[in-house]
Amino acid sequence: MGRPAAAPPVPQPAASPPPTQPKTWRRDGRAALLFLGPWFVGLVAITAGPIFASLVLSFTDYSLLSSPSWIGLENYERMLNDPRLHSAMWVTLRYVVVSVPLQLALALALALVLDRGVRLLPLYRSIYYLPSLLGASVAIAILWRLVFGTEGLVNQVLTLPVISNVAGMLGIEPTGWVSHPDYALNTLIVLNVWTFGSPMVIFLAGLRQIPVMYYEAAAVDGASWLTRFGRITLPLLTPIIFFNLVLQMIGAFQTFTQAFIVSGGSGGPADSTLFYTLYLYQRGFGNFDMGYASAMAWVLLVIIGGFTAVNFLAAKYWVFYGDD
Amino acid sequence: MVTTKPTTVPDPARSQRMQRPPQINRGRVKGLLIHVGLITFGLVMLYPLLWMISSAFTPTELIFREPGLWPSQPTLENFRDGWTALRHPFHRYIFNSMVIVFGAVIGNLLACSMAAYAFARLNFRGRKWYFAIMLGTIMLPIHVVIVPQYILFAQLDWINTFYPLIVPKFLATDAFFIFLMVQFIRGLPKELDEAARIDGCNHWGIYWRVILPLSMPALATTAIFTFIWTWNDFFSQLIFLADPDLATVPLALRLFVDSTGSTSWGPLFAMSVVALGPIFGFFLAGQRYLVRGIATTGIK
Repeated sequence: MGRPAAAPPVPQPAASPPPTQPKTWRRDGRAALLFLGPWFVGLVAITAGPIFASLVLSFTDYSLLSSPSWIGLENYERMLNDPRLHSAMWVTLRYVVVSVPLQLALALALALVLDRGVRLLPLYRSIYYLPSLLGASVAIAILWRLVFGTEGLVNQVLTLPVISNVAGMLGIEPTGWVSHPDYALNTLIVLNVWTFGSPMVIFLAGLRQIPVMYYEAAAVDGASWLTRFGRITLPLLTPIIFFNLVLQMIGAFQTFTQAFIVSGGSGGPADSTLFYTLYLYQRGFGNFDMGYASAMAWVLLVIIGGFTAVNFLAAKYWVFYGDD
Repeated sequence: MVTTKPTTVPDPARSQRMQRPPQINRGRVKGLLIHVGLITFGLVMLYPLLWMISSAFTPTELIFREPGLWPSQPTLENFRDGWTALRHPFHRYIFNSMVIVFGAVIGNLLACSMAAYAFARLNFRGRKWYFAIMLGTIMLPIHVVIVPQYILFAQLDWINTFYPLIVPKFLATDAFFIFLMVQFIRGLPKELDEAARIDGCNHWGIYWRVILPLSMPALATTAIFTFIWTWNDFFSQLIFLADPDLATVPLALRLFVDSTGSTSWGPLFAMSVVALGPIFGFFLAGQRYLVRGIATTGIK
């Protein structure tokens, strides 16, 4: 398969001349079978096999009860005319495009503040990181539902004396945030932004990699904070920004638990929190429409792959790898 | 701005007030402001969590009337009610979760470290190819494979058992941890392997007696994150465990929301606190380690 055409002569099985080379090869080969065996079984049965199977299933009509019947591109055609799917795509896209940049901007801003030799850094870092660890849990999704509920914490705060006046001037009134189609998605965006701690920690690690001598040289030249940030920090940090961007985007496209719990599994008021994965779950495991769910999964894979590819292509123009 | 030399200023009081003290103060005030800002922001961020914990100890009828954090009539009633609100007492769900979590942790530690040893230390045909394939599976969304996996496990009669959630871990399907350990093992000196080989160790001996004991930091990271992710996992548990008797903590919480509706917020808060307990525990015990782990590996 991957063997080069003009490979050096393969060691003959019975040849004795270089005794060490073939012997270690053979021994390692057998050991590799032992050590890599479980992984290989998993790859075939749990990962690669199912990828291939879902591609095949996406061209079938299959409800688990009878055997799958081949229907060609019909599932994909159905996707073109499925308003709920389009709405799910739109919801997910808005969520990704709004929440990920906000999350990364907040992460970078706080990393910059914390990087300037603030005392108690480990304490702050841990406090800000905590939500990242909890964010995807059902308990937090439930908490969010209650915080943004009609009687929830947000509305309680909005009725406090001074805050209610300020909020009133800004046009913010207490309402059922998670039960209102215009706001429900925003509450989930807030939830994702709230988990900015993990990209922040990665930013902090990246900031520490920047050689101090650059800043010292800039200080000698009398560069302002803004200049130093724009000319040194930001360019040298672009690989980390890129890493975080790709990672958080891929994660955000797959958001499920929060949307499921906050909307009670339905997708929320007027499908306003019907995320792509939630709709996939409904089709596949609610209606046992396995063929359609498989087609949806492949489209998701293509979308995520597409966004990642665009990221990598665009990276050429803004990510700076300091090799000069 | 300062144009006059300090020595020529005739009035020392003036120079002190106008020049030196303000500079010290500016630094201090700035530092103080930064701290005030950071603490305020931290409190705003943590407020929902603190509210949840405080509400767990507040009688339900008072929760939505008191936005403050100190319950005026603290009670353990919510924990008692919540613990028994579902068909089984809550420790049954904790037990179910624990079985899956420990299975997953042991599976990941064993299978991922074995695969990592092969990729880092063994010389076999097609290694680069397999390694590339392994890397390629890291970013794969679970949604692409979940439908065929469900069909496979249904044919094995494994739906409504814990097998679909544990067995794949023994087959090293969390490729990210393989990668993590490969990186780690590559950093260990090869001379150790050779010394062990001269002493008569085979590959299993080298792996078990040399590499594994030295890989503790990578193994600990794997264990902690497998624990947290599996404990938090909702999607695959929702799909593979339809039987309420097998419900795990996240599934039980969800049942709780659905079955009790808006009547018992207090117990719901209490059980949410219980559900986050182990993660809080890990966090408090190993926060530095966790934070360092995420900084060097990029995992959540």
